[in-house]
Amino acid sequence: MKNAVAGTLESGDILINIGPGEGLQVELQSSVAAQFGRQIKAVITETLEGLGIQDARVEAIDKGALDCTIRARVTAAAVRATGKDVWKD
Amino acid sequence: MRNTKVVTLEEAIRRSGLKDGMTISFHHHFRGGDKVVNMVVDCLAAMGFKNLKLAASSLSDVHTPLIDHIKNGVITGISTSGLRGALADAVSHGLLEEPVVFRSHGGRGSAIANGELKIDVAFLGASSSDELGNACGYSRSENAKSICGSLGYALPDARYARHVVVITDDLVAYPNMPMSIHAADVESVVVVESVGDSSKIAAGAIRDSKNPRDILLAKQAAKVIINSGLFVDGFSIQTGTGGASLAAVKYIREEMINRGIKASFALGGITAHMVKLHEEGLIGKLIDVQSFDKVAAESIKNDPAHQEVSAVEYASGQHLGSATHALDIVILSALEVDTNFNVNVLVGSDGIIRGAIGGHQDTAADSALSIIVCPLLRGRIPCVVPRVTTLITPGKSVDVVVTEYGIAVNPDRPEIAERLQAAGLHVVPIADLAAKAASIIGTPDPLPFGDKVVGVVMNRDGSVLDKIYNIVD
Amino acid sequence: MMFVPGNNPGMMADAHIYGPDSIMLDLEDSVTMAEKDAARLLVYNALKTIDYGTTEMVVRINPLNTPYGKKDVEAVVKAGVDVIRMPKTETAEEVRELEAEILKVETEIGRVGETQIMAAIESALGVVNAYAIATASKRMMGIALGAEDYSANLKTNRTPGGAELLLAREQIVVAARAAGIACFDTVYSNLDDMETFRKEVELIKTLGFDGKSIINPRQIEVVNSVFTPTEKEITKARAIVAAIKEAQAKGSGVIAVNGKMVDRPVVLRAERTIALAVAAGFIDKEEVL
Repeated sequence: MKNAVAGTLESGDILINIGPGEGLQVELQSSVAAQFGRQIKAVITETLEGLGIQDARVEAIDKGALDCTIRARVTAAAVRATGKDVWKD
Repeated sequence: MRNTKVVTLEEAIRRSGLKDGMTISFHHHFRGGDKVVNMVVDCLAAMGFKNLKLAASSLSDVHTPLIDHIKNGVITGISTSGLRGALADAVSHGLLEEPVVFRSHGGRGSAIANGELKIDVAFLGASSSDELGNACGYSRSENAKSICGSLGYALPDARYARHVVVITDDLVAYPNMPMSIHAADVESVVVVESVGDSSKIAAGAIRDSKNPRDILLAKQAAKVIINSGLFVDGFSIQTGTGGASLAAVKYIREEMINRGIKASFALGGITAHMVKLHEEGLIGKLIDVQSFDKVAAESIKNDPAHQEVSAVEYASGQHLGSATHALDIVILSALEVDTNFNVNVLVGSDGIIRGAIGGHQDTAADSALSIIVCPLLRGRIPCVVPRVTTLITPGKSVDVVVTEYGIAVNPDRPEIAERLQAAGLHVVPIADLAAKAASIIGTPDPLPFGDKVVGVVMNRDGSVLDKIYNIVD
Repeated sequence: MMFVPGNNPGMMADAHIYGPDSIMLDLEDSVTMAEKDAARLLVYNALKTIDYGTTEMVVRINPLNTPYGKKDVEAVVKAGVDVIRMPKTETAEEVRELEAEILKVETEIGRVGETQIMAAIESALGVVNAYAIATASKRMMGIALGAEDYSANLKTNRTPGGAELLLAREQIVVAARAAGIACFDTVYSNLDDMETFRKEVELIKTLGFDGKSIINPRQIEVVNSVFTPTEKEITKARAIVAAIKEAQAKGSGVIAVNGKMVDRPVVLRAERTIALAVAAGFIDKEEVL
């Protein structure tokens, strides 16, 4: 795995920075951290586990993204980091 | 002039007999451009005063310097309609030992009039004053430096405070007539370079929002009003200044012209939009407690049909003659509405204070039809929730909630629900709206509140409605 | 049909609240090459999760002859999109290629036949082949004009009057009607000039188009107000349809309504008015049947 980024800092989006790590570590910055921080981190780790990734370090800057957006950005970052796409060719 | 009350600020303070522990007051008509609060408190700090109680009609971002004065013990208590910015954040984290007392505009007026809120020294900024203290929120001279229009929130202080100091940046010849603040109520006049930054007090007329969501909400709000059964010749109306509220006025206007309906008066915070409708002959009178822009401020100066009203005569719940009792329709906004129609306009969904009660409690309670316009979601923050974070306006005062996902009508008003449904509007139970919000953004975790009461929300009658606790990071 | 860029999660989350008839999430021209992979995932997840209500969901994929097209098809079919919009369609063969690709994915997930196609015609060759394209597949529900690329292809530019689009517009309407499918006009991007926009919508309605592409919720009202029949038109249409039903019941051939002869074209136009009125919510569907 190498370092990769997906997402933007626009409203409704989440910027995901992924790189090699031990276990799944997630650092989150969010304006709704008090209300949704736990859930956002859960969606990030669940998405990575679903892709078969057990070891990675994620830095996330959230701007109020919905769960579906978080899943999309985490998947995109993971695909860019591992080179393994989720779609066939 | 033989008798003049003009003195320096320090002298005015000395003459006032102000002592540690007393209450000082200010109005917020200079909004984000205000210089008076900071100027006076800086001076009081330099003079060594401590433990003062600050009773402002409202406070905003520009009053952040108060944080240091609080840390230094100059100010140890605050009452206000609202708090914003770094000061609000600091208060939410426990900056003050005493809880901040939050009142609506009508509530503050009542409390001052009935003696519950005793003001020792009022420091009232004005855009013009003569040497005896006849003061206005505008100036008729060529040296006018600032303008704010109505001084409605300053009038109870002028009338009931033990000692009144007018602070102006334009000293004009006697008599400054007609006046808002009467010389008979004034003890000292202080002339300063500037009472406020004009560019931030009252900008040019607020431009129409191009935000599609605001426009959608505005159109829905207008449809609610038009089909409510109260949209008849001679109706009266009050609106907030949010994008959706202002835009709603535009759509109501079209229908007023189509049906040949005129409004008898507009009340509250007056904007250029309202002035325009009045000048077109669509609104009879403008009753102004706060002029929100230059157009409104010039209009109150020049147009006899546009009159100032004090906070007491505007919205006091204890005075049956107050204008809100004659008000038909009010459009308000909200940070949160819950499934019992309770509204929160003061505390964010993160538990941090970030707004103001304003006239919310007053207009919702006294008006014939109160309409809350708010988006269902603001980003990932739900605005329709099972229970508000802080209770500001009780649900029994709230009639209709308009969101972009549907309109909810208080079960207390079945006739309104029937009329709106008959008009083809998408009326849904409020619980459905809360569920829709939750289905999109999930359910938030409970907020990390501590045990310290940092704010007390007062009801209009002087009883405590809710408490605000500190946030623990 | 409201265009929404596929790389803007904020816009994709609530585009439907403004009430467009359909939403087109775009993976093609509004998304840079570097972001095609991420946009595809955003669109996939949005389609799977967000409740768009009764709004028809369309995705504009990249052409199949790019590195992105096939993956786009896989993603959006798996997400359950209603219609795939193919950009820059020039031949019937291209349509059949797309259809094969769609069928492959539908078969894999066991939902054969659910995905429809809309072909965007954006070049001279496309206009020449409009009828062939319109009839190339049973899944084809409509063809649309893409004026930016089309006028560039013609080696001219777009003008407010749209003279350069005359043939393309008429050809597309004719081909669509001959094929029995819908036709849609191109976007108008000047949001500050609602006057000219309204005139354009009125023009294309007269030409026979079923609808128009828009790029901002503020344009929805204008399109709806031009396309929605007036009360007067609806009343007249109802009278005609009622008269026909009566005549059919009596077995008589020629009928007159308000002293005017009513023949088949008039009846068809009346039925179309009623269909538009139903779509606009002015008449209950049940009433009409």
